[in-house]
Amino acid sequence: MFDYTMAEIGNIVVMQGFSGLSLFSVLLLMALGLAIIFGQMGVINMAHGEFMAVGAYTTVFMSKMAVKYDIVNTYFVFAILTAFVLAFLIGYLIEYLLIRHLYKRPLDTLLATWGLSLAMQQTFRSIFGAKEVSAELPEWLLGSFQPTPDIDIPINGVFVMGLALVVTVSVYMFMYRSRGGLRIRATMQNRVMAGAVGINTKKVDRLTFALGCGIAGVAGAAFTTIASTGPTTGSLYIVDSFMVVVFGGAASLMGTIASAFGIAQAQSILQFFMTSSMGKVATLMTIVIILMLRPEGLFASKVRK
Amino acid sequence: MNVLSEKLLGGKQGAVGLAILALLLFVVFPLWLDLFRLGLLGKYVTYAFVAISLVLLWGNGGILSLGQGMFFGLGGYCMAMFLKLEASDPVSTKIQSTPGIPDFMDWNQLTAIPFFWQPFKSLPLTLLLVLLVPTTLAFIIGFAMFKRRVGGVYFAIITQAIALILSILIVGQQGYTGGVNGITDLKTMLGWDIRTDSAKYILYFTNAGLLIGCMLLARYILTSKFGMLLLAMRDKEERVRFSGYDVSNFKIFIFCVAAMISAIGGAMFTLQIGFMSPSFVGIVPSIEMVIFAAVGGRMSLIGAVYGTLLVNFGKTMFSETYPELWLFLMGGLFIAVVMFFPDGLAGVYQKYADKFNLGGLAAKYFSKFTQWVPKNSGGKL
Repeated sequence: MFDYTMAEIGNIVVMQGFSGLSLFSVLLLMALGLAIIFGQMGVINMAHGEFMAVGAYTTVFMSKMAVKYDIVNTYFVFAILTAFVLAFLIGYLIEYLLIRHLYKRPLDTLLATWGLSLAMQQTFRSIFGAKEVSAELPEWLLGSFQPTPDIDIPINGVFVMGLALVVTVSVYMFMYRSRGGLRIRATMQNRVMAGAVGINTKKVDRLTFALGCGIAGVAGAAFTTIASTGPTTGSLYIVDSFMVVVFGGAASLMGTIASAFGIAQAQSILQFFMTSSMGKVATLMTIVIILMLRPEGLFASKVRK
Repeated sequence: MNVLSEKLLGGKQGAVGLAILALLLFVVFPLWLDLFRLGLLGKYVTYAFVAISLVLLWGNGGILSLGQGMFFGLGGYCMAMFLKLEASDPVSTKIQSTPGIPDFMDWNQLTAIPFFWQPFKSLPLTLLLVLLVPTTLAFIIGFAMFKRRVGGVYFAIITQAIALILSILIVGQQGYTGGVNGITDLKTMLGWDIRTDSAKYILYFTNAGLLIGCMLLARYILTSKFGMLLLAMRDKEERVRFSGYDVSNFKIFIFCVAAMISAIGGAMFTLQIGFMSPSFVGIVPSIEMVIFAAVGGRMSLIGAVYGTLLVNFGKTMFSETYPELWLFLMGGLFIAVVMFFPDGLAGVYQKYADKFNLGGLAAKYFSKFTQWVPKNSGGKL
């Protein structure tokens, strides 16, 4: 850490910080879905990473199709939408078949969704093979630009960040500025009362869960631009995503954003100066210690329990 | 005396269930299975320690720890460090650039045994540390979490994160821990070769004996007043707190006991299988161990042991012939147990035992396989 000049350290921080931003974007997209499912509904969805993989595999599949029909430059937008829709539909189905029976037993949901994630991983392996696959990226996503000769910023990172921004704003608008979001928040705050004023709470549950899964699908689509996808890709991010949500304070959107940013930046900058595993250990350790001191997370709203 | 046997064995019925299990472990399996299969069984029996610890912690205490693999692994690593130091005497490691240190340290350019390996030169100290290291970690985690009234879901997620941290740490610090391969090539314990056939039998019986011992301990805890409090805390934590009990202390205590029982299993694993690796520490093994307990019955000590053996035999059979099918089956098992059989095998047994009045028919022989199943027992312990 001490054999660099100040300018070099500056450049390293900018570049590592930027690669941290890509990680931040994927973590944020994952955590947004989870913040809705876990933070709002209280459901522990251990298969959330696999919904991300659904999105990622959809994008990979679409890109193969796009190469075939020579529409590589435009397919990506459709891929994101398809990833969302597919993950949404699967989430809807899973809620209907599995989750709705377990709302009163959160710890059991954890086990059931873990089982689901095992089955989904094996499905990916059977369909797409055990090897990692990557999407054919359109040309406008490749390359990088250099504001100064020593700093190199990849365009796909900028794109993923933009996508994360758009999704975050949309989720915020939906949750806090629309009738649909109002219904969700009402149901989660007081189910009986919400039912009494005419909200179909079961339908709200199903749509909320599906929405969270759909956002995970978008995270998957974004993920393909920065890394390749394998059957166990999702499970690599699941603990991180849960830590982001818990660390930020389960029901707080701002907290989720802030903690995703903090965790991603800490990991990526520490990984440069230590080994990659030690960077991760240091980050997770810090979070666990902070959570032990402040169990309600960073941005918890004050509630009486 | 009578009271003590009642408490240890869970009455006449519990004693019969335990006797059947002991008969299977000590007589039927060793006579029936060849040494290879018996070795596998021995491995599964070490997992059963973790399943028992989860019955205490999760079934009765309502605390789901997703980090039991961590305690199992730590117990195993403590044992493995002792055996490894003994296996790396200067004579057998003379081809290394620094003879007398474990081979993986030599590969990673270490020239001396690190300080935290020093206590593992002595066997009594090692045995003590097998029990103390995991329990101390459990105490720290438990103290930090339960004193702040963190429980339920958050506790599960944080223990999972800690298990992840520990496994990354072990994999990353190759020179100190043997990295992803773990600690391998363990040969002797105080000069006694643990790889011979006779040693395997002796270790198997020691292991089975320790399991029965841990079950007696667990049953003693569960039938004591503390066991009642544990159940009460699971169902109405606030009410127990308002009755003047310090809930967090009880939780810390049971978490430590569970960690210690898991650690014994881990140490026996190392002795029987001859290695320890980070693949038993992380998230996946920790959750799999929860499903062992869930399949057997999260409330039943004996059920949990049978559940562990069954799931693992199933895993061995299926992953030999249909490796692809196994993950589907495992996933399906998680879902099915949670959705349809929340009380596991013990619950199913109890249901049919009640239905056909097996209990009445065979009361003298094995009227109550299971120790206690909440729904049908009518509240009697």
